[in-house]
Amino acid sequence: MPHVKCLQCRECKSEYPIEPLNACEFCFGPLEVSYDYDSVAKSVSRKSIESGPNTMWRYHDFLPVDRESAVDISTGFTPLIHAKNLGRQIGLDHLYIKNDSVNPTFSFKDRPVSVTTTKALEFEFEVLACVSTGNLMGSVAAHGAKAGMETMVFYPADLEQGKILGAAVYGPTMVAVEGTYDQANRFCSELADAHRWAFVNINMRPYYAEGSKTLGYEVAEQLGWKAPDHCVVPGASGELHTKIWKGLEEFEAIGLIDKAKTKMHLAQAEGCAPIVEAFESGNNQVKPVRPKTIAKSLAIGNPAAGPYSLEVLRDTGGTGVFAYENSIVDGIRLLAETEGIFTETAGGVVISSLKRLVRQGKIKKDEVTVAFVTGNGLKTLEAMGDFVAPIETKPDLDTFQTKLSNRRD
Amino acid sequence: MVTKRVKFTFPQELIKEPVIYKLGVDFGIVTNIRRADIRDDMGWVVLELEGEGDVVDKGLEWVISTGVRVDPIAGDIIEG
Repeated sequence: MPHVKCLQCRECKSEYPIEPLNACEFCFGPLEVSYDYDSVAKSVSRKSIESGPNTMWRYHDFLPVDRESAVDISTGFTPLIHAKNLGRQIGLDHLYIKNDSVNPTFSFKDRPVSVTTTKALEFEFEVLACVSTGNLMGSVAAHGAKAGMETMVFYPADLEQGKILGAAVYGPTMVAVEGTYDQANRFCSELADAHRWAFVNINMRPYYAEGSKTLGYEVAEQLGWKAPDHCVVPGASGELHTKIWKGLEEFEAIGLIDKAKTKMHLAQAEGCAPIVEAFESGNNQVKPVRPKTIAKSLAIGNPAAGPYSLEVLRDTGGTGVFAYENSIVDGIRLLAETEGIFTETAGGVVISSLKRLVRQGKIKKDEVTVAFVTGNGLKTLEAMGDFVAPIETKPDLDTFQTKLSNRRD
Repeated sequence: MVTKRVKFTFPQELIKEPVIYKLGVDFGIVTNIRRADIRDDMGWVVLELEGEGDVVDKGLEWVISTGVRVDPIAGDIIEG
């Protein structure tokens, strides 16, 4: 990691050495990795990146770890698809879907977790841990297995069995935490203080967050070394939104792309939209909410990066937009029926929000727009409800033909 | 001594309540405010609490019972 300078507080700008820290000792503000961009610029070019592996590790110069020791399960460099069918339906000529649901554990979480696991080994942690209700736990379990680390996965005791199995298969120690969501939240925060474990999104958070920047790099490279006019990003903690923008800004800073004029839109679900509510009310504070949404992977009521996501919205001219709860499944089906991509509820939020942005005139027909689909639909089958109405037929041709004709009428 | 770092979020109707003062007087907890933002309609305070034995936990239970939200300083850490 030759280009890393230090950890820096996002609030008071105090600097710290590269250690497993996540909060400033002075103001308790969150820490972020700071780089020497002159040094990055000297060792990186479009050509050097293009000759790298077809994974997120082609951007290793922008990450706070050594590439040689990367814990890589082939994450990243996922398809950027020109979504002509969906674009035609909603009125966009240059709509692209960044399909991050095809990562090894079927969500974008493999990006931050790959970086964090690598960093955890550098720090000589023996235990990798997380507290999660879905995508994160699967990714941590998979990377822990690949790294040969003892892995602890904490989750609320009432979690659906399918999600538990999606992590348990990799062989971690599974810990079901009883009590309310808030109690589990505080308990796991205290655990991180009590044990020398690499909690990916607690004490390792500054490194974890950096992995999401690679989505921004990939989109710019895949568009022919250009930033798009619009990004529509799902919002949970708000970190993904800020880091995709950081990725575009870094590419601009070292001259890999021209000035990024991207409007960074944030999409949340109606039942958990604290950042969007703050944006709409013109508030700089994000008021915590109690999540009540079918988009479980976005159900973060007190988002850690909320204030920074608000800054990105305002600095880039983006819009905070929510998807009505009853439109989320419609968004999932629309993407599936037009582009053959089955996304989870967070993707449904993005597609429904994208439609609203177009209707509101925030995105114009000829503007290059990227919608981020961050997880696979098979993860949230329970949200789809019972919408299947098959043709039921006896096994003879005449019956089938008659019923088919009736259906088509 | 037990030390905890937490964030209190005050709903509008509790902004004027001396919650942090009472933690010191009624529970004997040492409170050390590091950052805060108080507006007309809501407010938050990031602070460190220090006390003997289980008084910090008891104090936090009381704070929650008043209607003030108590979170880890990093916000929600349970992710999807």
